[in-house]
Amino acid sequence: MEFFFELIIAAFLVIGGIFGIVGSFGLIKLNDRMSRLHAPTKATTLGVGGVLLASMAHAAFFETYVSIHELMITLFLFLTAPITANFIAKVHIHRHDTPDSLPEPGEDKIWATHKKPENEVIGPQV
Amino acid sequence: MIETAAIFAFVCFALGLVMNLWKVVTAEDVADRILALDTMFINAIALLVLYGLALGSDIFFEAAMIIAMLGFVSTVAYARFILRGNIIE
Repeated sequence: MEFFFELIIAAFLVIGGIFGIVGSFGLIKLNDRMSRLHAPTKATTLGVGGVLLASMAHAAFFETYVSIHELMITLFLFLTAPITANFIAKVHIHRHDTPDSLPEPGEDKIWATHKKPENEVIGPQV
Repeated sequence: MIETAAIFAFVCFALGLVMNLWKVVTAEDVADRILALDTMFINAIALLVLYGLALGSDIFFEAAMIIAMLGFVSTVAYARFILRGNIIE
């Protein structure tokens, strides 16, 4: 039975490592700005998830307690990875596209990254 | 068996960190640099958790949690600064 537990933990570690290195390699391999977003935000997050699962399994099988910290880190990473990806995609649109090069935004007049606030106050707002 | 798998994972994430550093240095655009820095944060979290697993210590999870929060906040602040020229409006 102990061999089976060790096999599970080792499998999680190897899967996590492979996903991590694929994510980091994709960041330098892919040659389009937007497709470069895919590798780190998906594959690397999965890699960290694999390592955290291995750590949880180790605590549960060999040290006989259930660890909650890993769940917190996993939840936090899986919540924040899409938000950072969305922000970085908006930075790409903001710096490399004009309102003419983007598709029609529909019922909004203009894409949100190009929209200027209406009553903008210049300078520090006290 | 766990030792071998842990060493494999250590090597994978360390190589990933080196590749991210390479991307930070050679990126042609500021958004790529933000993305590479964010990936460096995630790889650092994985390395910290692996180190805690290898030492059998519980204290590294707090460090990993703090790094996760700092990574998210700094990435969003940097992207926000480029988008709006201002972090808190």
